[in-house]
Amino acid sequence: MTPASPAFAPQAYLQAQTRWHAIELVFWLSCLLPFVLFPNYLVLASQIAITALFALSLDLILGYAGIVSLGHAAFFGLGAYSAGLLAKHGWGEPLSGLVLGALVAAFVGYVSSFVIARFRHLTLIMITLGFGLLLHELANKAHWLTGGADGLQGVRMWPLLGTFTFDLWGYTAYAYSLLVLFAVFLVTRRLINSPFGLSLRGIRENPVRMPAIGAPSAAHIRKIYTLSAAIAGIAGALLAQTTETVSLETLSFQRSADVLVILVLGGAGRLYGGFVGAIIFMVARDRFSGVTPQYWYFGIGVLLIAVVMFLPNGILGGLARLAASWRSKAT
Amino acid sequence: MLGPFVGVLFDGFAYGMLLFLLSVGLSVTLGMMNFVNLAHCAFAMLGGYVTVTLMRDFHWPFFATLPLAFLSAAATAIVFERILYRRLYRASDLDQVLLTIGIAFISVAVAAYLYGTVQQPVEIPTYLRGSWTLFGVNFGIYRVFLVVMALVIGLALVLMLEFTRFGATIRAAVDNQRMARGLGIDVDRSFAVTFALGSGLAGLGGAMAIEIVGLDPAFAFHYLVYVLIVVSVGGLGSIGGSFAAASLIGISDVAGKYYVPELGAFLIYLVMLALLMWRPAGLFGKR
Repeated sequence: MTPASPAFAPQAYLQAQTRWHAIELVFWLSCLLPFVLFPNYLVLASQIAITALFALSLDLILGYAGIVSLGHAAFFGLGAYSAGLLAKHGWGEPLSGLVLGALVAAFVGYVSSFVIARFRHLTLIMITLGFGLLLHELANKAHWLTGGADGLQGVRMWPLLGTFTFDLWGYTAYAYSLLVLFAVFLVTRRLINSPFGLSLRGIRENPVRMPAIGAPSAAHIRKIYTLSAAIAGIAGALLAQTTETVSLETLSFQRSADVLVILVLGGAGRLYGGFVGAIIFMVARDRFSGVTPQYWYFGIGVLLIAVVMFLPNGILGGLARLAASWRSKAT
Repeated sequence: MLGPFVGVLFDGFAYGMLLFLLSVGLSVTLGMMNFVNLAHCAFAMLGGYVTVTLMRDFHWPFFATLPLAFLSAAATAIVFERILYRRLYRASDLDQVLLTIGIAFISVAVAAYLYGTVQQPVEIPTYLRGSWTLFGVNFGIYRVFLVVMALVIGLALVLMLEFTRFGATIRAAVDNQRMARGLGIDVDRSFAVTFALGSGLAGLGGAMAIEIVGLDPAFAFHYLVYVLIVVSVGGLGSIGGSFAAASLIGISDVAGKYYVPELGAFLIYLVMLALLMWRPAGLFGKR
């Protein structure tokens, strides 16, 4: 038999998807540039890496499985508080803090995924929103544990791997965040380009029809939701460790809304969507909110409306469309 | 012994009616038209600011400002509906969420720019201040007024939607667009009018809410959660359901804060999650 066309050779298709593009290598190498070019902005760079990781976790459920969540900060906050509390109570080793943050968030994610998998549309939005608010209120009231609105103070981190101390300029923080981001990205990339990742996209398009071809929607949603929660937990733990404090804001609705904006701005359902969104959002916020903090959201609002109206697949989707039309013109 | 209990019950019910006034418009736009409108409280905030401005700068009496709060919110809503909302009636939940969150963000920034972030005071007429005492229980006059207004507006809306030709047109347009078009109903116009009605009601609710909950730019998001809870728990498209859910949530919120203050708003979210898991379509939802 002659080699089938790509559409009919699933393994060839998946392998083609897994191949590394030159532009990806350029992207990851350019992530090292801040060390040389902007050594004064390494703290911001580490925040961007953490936000990108958080956006990646939302992308798994929103972009790939089609689960709209307005309460994803719940898992971010869980990871942050777990890692922060561990360090506060005498165990400041960073990597085990990450693992704990991931485990706690994954556990809560797994339990709640049974509810998530049952609902869609408005009910799902309300349940994720309500769950996020519930945790926020819980952390606010449990002052003895979390420090309430004052935030968790007294987090002391040990040096990373026993050698690299967390310095004031953020060298260690950025290198650490970037490495964790890259490691999680590798796992995610592998997962998305697997048959499991494909069936997730199938669920996004039609959750009722997928079981008919042997892909149990509910079970798949539970798996990806748990994984997404774990990654959000890692992102939260990173933030707690690199800033050595945990504020109530890590659980807030604002953070859930921001990460949604970031992902959609960059392009949901694309691995690099959250990264592009995080870079633009965080740099813009750093530039503008210093001047007029309360008007910052005017720009975000206009941007959101523009994206919904003119760029339905975000910046990366727009670029992809541009590239496609350019290519078809060239041939 | 019974006095405080009745008092808490009444205050809770009055608070619930406040939530009903704020959310009844959303049970029209979200409930009937199925548009996830997270900018609802932005329209309510607009109504609130119209009332505050007219009373403070133009010395209008409180009651005279209420129709204007309704009209200005409705007029703004028509503009937004024509330009933005109507393009997304068939879009996904996510697109609707993003668009309306964007509008809400803009409204917060504009309100902060025009009025600053301080609380806006409102001077209600003297005859609405104070309270009546009946069998040792205090009934705030303004709270009684809220209850009456909620009942009147809720009833008028139900009667209008169920028993007038106008209401029948709206229901036909919302339920089955193609059929309604086939019958010669101007569906575009019906949608615009319905949307204006829902947002106008939000503006009216916002104007009446200031006295109890205050008004600042955070209003657009702070009360959004409550109105969403009321509409989704009550059941989409059911005004009676919204009424029941608003009473339930108002009473459990006030009673919770009175008897177990350490729980705070926790109780509300718990009640909502439990109710939604038990009945995903809401208490009186049909879909």
